[in-house]
This record gives sequence, C-alpha cells and structure tokens, in this order.
Amino acid sequence: MSSETSHAPLGFWRSHVFSTDHKVIAKQYLSLALFWALMGGSTAYLIRWQIAYPDSEAPGWGYVAPDVFNALVTMHGTIMVFFVAMPILLAAFGNFLIPLMIGAKDMAFPRLNMLSFWIFFVASVVLVTSIFVPGGPAAAGWTGYPPLSAKMEYTGVGWGMNLWLLALALEFASFLLGGVNFLTTAMNMRAPGLTWFRLPVVVWMQLTAAVIFLLSVGPLIAGAVMLLMDRIVGTTFFLPEGGGEPLLWQHLFWFFGHPEVYVLLLPGFGIILEVISVFSRKPVFAYRPIIYATIVAGFLSFVVWAHHQYVSGLDPRLAMPFSITTIIISVPFAFVIFSIIATLWRASITFSSPMLFSLGSLGVFIFGGLTGIFNGSPPVDIYIHDTYFVVAHFHYTLFSAVFFGSFAGIYFWFPKMFGRMMNETLGKIHFWLTFIFFNSVFIPMHLVGLRGMMRRIANPMQYEFLKPLEPLNQFITLSAILLLLSQFFFVINFFMSLVRGKAAERNPWQANTLEWTTDSPPPHENFSTTPTVYRGPYEYSSPDAEEDWLPQDRPLSAPRAAARQEESS
Amino acid sequence: MNAETATMSGAAVPPGKTGTWWFLASEIPVFGGLIASYIVVRLGSAGWGESSAHLNFTLALINTFLLLTSSMTVVMAHAASEESNYRSVANFLGLTILLGLGFLGVKAVEYTTEIAHGFTPASGIFWSFYFGMTGLHGLHVLAGIIVNVVLWIGALKGSLAQNSHRVELAGLYWHFVDIVWIFLFPLLYLA
Repeated sequence: MSSETSHAPLGFWRSHVFSTDHKVIAKQYLSLALFWALMGGSTAYLIRWQIAYPDSEAPGWGYVAPDVFNALVTMHGTIMVFFVAMPILLAAFGNFLIPLMIGAKDMAFPRLNMLSFWIFFVASVVLVTSIFVPGGPAAAGWTGYPPLSAKMEYTGVGWGMNLWLLALALEFASFLLGGVNFLTTAMNMRAPGLTWFRLPVVVWMQLTAAVIFLLSVGPLIAGAVMLLMDRIVGTTFFLPEGGGEPLLWQHLFWFFGHPEVYVLLLPGFGIILEVISVFSRKPVFAYRPIIYATIVAGFLSFVVWAHHQYVSGLDPRLAMPFSITTIIISVPFAFVIFSIIATLWRASITFSSPMLFSLGSLGVFIFGGLTGIFNGSPPVDIYIHDTYFVVAHFHYTLFSAVFFGSFAGIYFWFPKMFGRMMNETLGKIHFWLTFIFFNSVFIPMHLVGLRGMMRRIANPMQYEFLKPLEPLNQFITLSAILLLLSQFFFVINFFMSLVRGKAAERNPWQANTLEWTTDSPPPHENFSTTPTVYRGPYEYSSPDAEEDWLPQDRPLSAPRAAARQEESS
Repeated sequence: MNAETATMSGAAVPPGKTGTWWFLASEIPVFGGLIASYIVVRLGSAGWGESSAHLNFTLALINTFLLLTSSMTVVMAHAASEESNYRSVANFLGLTILLGLGFLGVKAVEYTTEIAHGFTPASGIFWSFYFGMTGLHGLHVLAGIIVNVVLWIGALKGSLAQNSHRVELAGLYWHFVDIVWIFLFPLLYLA
C-alpha cells in the first residue's frame, strides 16, 4: 500500500465507526466495556440492596422479586467477566498496546480486527435483547449449570437463556479472531531488533492470555452448542433422564472457566508491571524468569479446573490431584509478586495515580491469592463452598486485575490514547476511595461466608442462622454503594480530561517502550518511520544514559555502547 | 541466548499462514471437547452399540471416500496455484466444491432416513451425540465450501492472482475438516 493511498482522509464512518485502525478499535472496546461496567455495577447495587434490606423498595428501582434476583446475579457475573473484563483487559489494552509496543503500523489483519469488534457489538446487543424477551434474561447463574439451564420449566426463562448462550458464542468468536490477530501480529510484525526477550512484559502476558484463551474456549463452545441443542431440538446431553450427564457441563465450563481467570489476571499483571517499573525508575526485577513463570502458569491453568467441583459429586480420588495442581499454580504467581516487590525495593517511587492503582492491585491480589489456598484445599472447600467466602475470594483476585489493573492502565496510557493528561488530584481521590470501600465491602464478606451464608440467595433473613448477619450485610451494602459512587470521580476525570486536560507530550512519564516514542495520540499507522530496537524495555537508571531512562529505540554513541557490550559479555 | 540478535522478526512465514494455524489450533479443542465428552458418556452408557447399528455404514463409507478425494483435489489446486495456472486452480477447486456438496448431500439422505425411522436428536444420548457431532462438522464443511467458492470465483475472474496464497490457506482448513471426519467416522459408525 503506498503512503498516498493509506493517508487519504477517510470519512467519518470509516475513521470513527467502521475503522480498521487498532487504536480506534481499542477505544471502541473501551467505551463499550465502560458502558457495560456501569450496567454490571448497577446489578451489584440491586443485588446488595436486596440482601441487606430484603423485599424493600430499592431506591431508583423498586422491589427486587426473587426471580429478578436470580437474573441479576446471573447478569452481574456474565457482564463483569465477559463484557467488562475481557473487552477492557484483552481487547482494549491488547489492541492499543501490541502494535504500538512492537513498532508495527497496525494489526496483522486490520479488517478482521474490525470484524472482531463488531461481532462483540452484536453479542452486546443480543445480551441486552435477552433482558426484554418474555420470561426475562438468563437466571441460572453465570456458570449456567444444567439441569437448571437446560430446561425452561426450571427457571421459567425461555429465550432469555438461548440468547444468553448466543451472546456468549458470539463473544467467544470475537475474542477467538482477536486472539489469532494478536498472536500473528506479535509473531510476524515486530520492529527490527525487537527480539522475543526485548518485548515488554505486558505484551508477553497478553500473548500468553491469547494462547490460553484460544486453546481453552473450544470445549465450552462445544458445550454451548450442546446446551442450546438440549434447549431447542430436544437432545439430552446434560439431562439424566435421556442418558445425559449434568456434570459434563461443569467440566466443559470450567475447562475454559478456570484458564479464563488467568486470561484476565495476566494482562492485568502486565499493566501493573509496566507501571511499577516506570514509577520506580528501575528495571523489572527478573524479567526473563517472569516470562517463564507466565508460561508455566499458562500450562498449569489447564489442569486445575476441577477445583470448582469438589462438592459436585466428583470422584474424591480426583480431588487430590486437582488440589495439588491448584496449590502449585500459586508458585509462578508468587514468583511474579515477589519480582514486583523486588522491583519496588529501594526504588525512587513516584506515587502517581497509575502507580497507586498498581500498588493497590498488588495488595488486593496478594490477599485474594492467599484466600485461594483455602478454597483449593478440599477439606476446607467442602465447608466454604458456595458461600460468600468464595465470592469474596474471587472478587479480591478479579477486582484486582480487572478494576485496579484497568484503572492503572487507563491513567497510565490515557495521554497516549487521547493526547491529554488526566487530573492527578481526582485520580488520587478516586484511588483512595476505591481502595477503602473495596476492602470494606469484601473483608466483611469473608466473615459472612465463614458464618455459612450461601451465594445466590435472595433473602438471607429467611434463615434463622443468618439473621445475626443482618448488620454486617447492611454495612457491606452501604460500602458497596459508596464504592460505586466513588467511581464518579473517575467518570468526571475521564470526560473532563478528554475535553480540557493538559495536552500530553510524547513521553510524559519518561518511559522506555516504543509507544512513547511517537506522537500523543499516535497518527494513523503509528510511526513516521519504523523504529529500530536496540535493547530491552526497562533500562531505567542505566549508567549508559544521561537521563534516568533509555528508550528502546535510541542508539547509544558508539564507544560507550562498545564498552558496555564488552562489560556484559 | 545471543543467537536471537537484532533482525527483522518472523519474515519467513506470511501472516495469513500464522493466523490460519492459530485458528486451526483453536478449532481442535472445539471438536476435542465434543469427542472427549462423547468418550466419557459412551463409557458410562449401556446399549450404545444397538443405537449405532441403525446408522448407514455404507453411506458413511462413501462419504469418507468423497472427503478424502476432496483433500487430494484441494492439494492439486494448491499445486496449480504455485504454477500460476488459474484455469487449473478453478477446475480443482470446482471439483473440491462438488465433492464437498456430495458429502453434504449424502449426509442429508442419512439424516432424512434416520429421522423418517424415528431416530431424532431427542431419541437418546447416542442420537444427541450423533446429530450434534455430525451437525457441527457439517457446518464446518459448509463453511469450507463457501471459502472455496469465493476462491473459485476469484480464479475464474482472474482476481485470485494477487491472493494466490489463499488457496493454500483454504486447503489447510479443508484438510482440518477432513481430519475431523476421520475421527468421527470410526467413533460413530464403527465403535
């Protein structure tokens, strides 16, 4: 493609709506996902209101009927995992960062990239539609366990469930094409000099996440087809009366569902590693071992899934091996955590908004990781299974990556995405309120769980033994409302900065990776000339450079570089 | 690892090929999941062979030959595209499409007969798997036919010359669909 044709001005529709530019597509994913985050947050509000003040009028909504409650918990999980976490962490950041960080003009398949987004858009429309069909939206939990999900008479949900399955199938197709695109882009289009071990950690983690997703989602796609056939054409894959096996769905679901956790965690970790290195002015500690740990975690993520099924009727002899792999997978993650801490050790830290969110993410994740050890051990899990302890645990791990991680990423790359700086004061207020209220929601939730309160019950006051928990549940709900309200500081900051934020220079954080060497925001096709890469991404406080940073594409003066080469070899 | 010095990366393999292989890698677990489910449920079910005996083995054997032959013609289309002989590419792609359509036609006859004899997807777990697995595979065959038709039109119009590598990529997908059938045939008809 000659430069004349590629730089011809495109109309509004081609440049803003049906764009093939990876940066525009990233922003489209981000916008749609932030809209979904608002929806997901609203469902959380209604769920919490009903638990704390059962059968009273929720302000701004009204009475939450039990069947509506079931639909709300189902939609909350579905939205947050598939329509917020995946599109922000993978699609938005992956799309924005991979081509810029590897010095490429765009994705390997720009039109396929656009198609991915529009399939995701259709999936979103289908999910919204499912709320309004007769019978209401899916109400069998976000994990869609049969037989509850396999027959209409169990939940009263008809087409809502079918559309839910269709929305998920479309979502998987979208991310499958996206993953193929990410991997091909990174394998084939890296700038000269950008070897595998000069890639930023976040790119490695995005790629590992893409591989995990591609190789784990297939069985669930098959499972979704089977469940849809059970509902529509009368097959009996998951129905015992026809020779089927409900437990089979749990295996198909969690074979994908658990790797999915790492699909979300890894890009989140990647983001906070980038941010922490920049604001510590130090190289990431143990760069290569982190990558090896990531790959090991990727492999292990395929053999832990049945720890979700200890009490499902799974053969107890199987619980032992899955328990062992589950505990083992904490080793590579502990390694990454220790590397982050070592990166922070004796660093000159700047507590900017992205850095605060990264540190918050780290702290919250450590807490969530530790409670995971309880869940992974069958004797303990049998006691806490399906209680709010588990709910608290996975919110600690996922909120860490999905919200703290994404906020860190947004505050950090906002200048590059939109060419303007975000407001630091509002950012810090946003962080502290989010951090405080997050913990005041989810620390008490562990206690509620240990006292035996089950997930997905609409009215805990119906149970004698849960009645004493009422004040604690009300405290959690009030904290959750405050946590939601705290997000308005982000919304205000986001839109105000978009319009009147301070214009961002090319490299406002004095970072090394390639995206900071081009304009903010980068032009169509990103770089005026393809950069050449001379070194790894984390050369902060290097003795070779005058400043305390050394961009990947800056050649060193010959004698100095030669002397350095001598030293290192 | 000093071997990986500063050079332009991965230039040897064109992006389309890398992408196609990753796509196929993601397709394997789809059928892998189905086949694993089949095996697990099969081991736990009695009376499976009895249901399986109602299938038409002869027709399935004919279908196996149709698909295997089509894998040969798609390779010949690829070979012709390497020599830029688009007349020949069109012929071999046309043959591949016909063989694919033949496969679907035979499958349709099988389905019709089975349903006419009262064996529907709702007739029990064997029939769930039979219709589910062959149905999903049939959709893949259909997708492959559509891809081949697009290329075939390109070969006839002469527009394929700029994108001749796509014949190879379509061939990779077609082989994949063929290989899936090689698994399904013994699992459903012979086991």
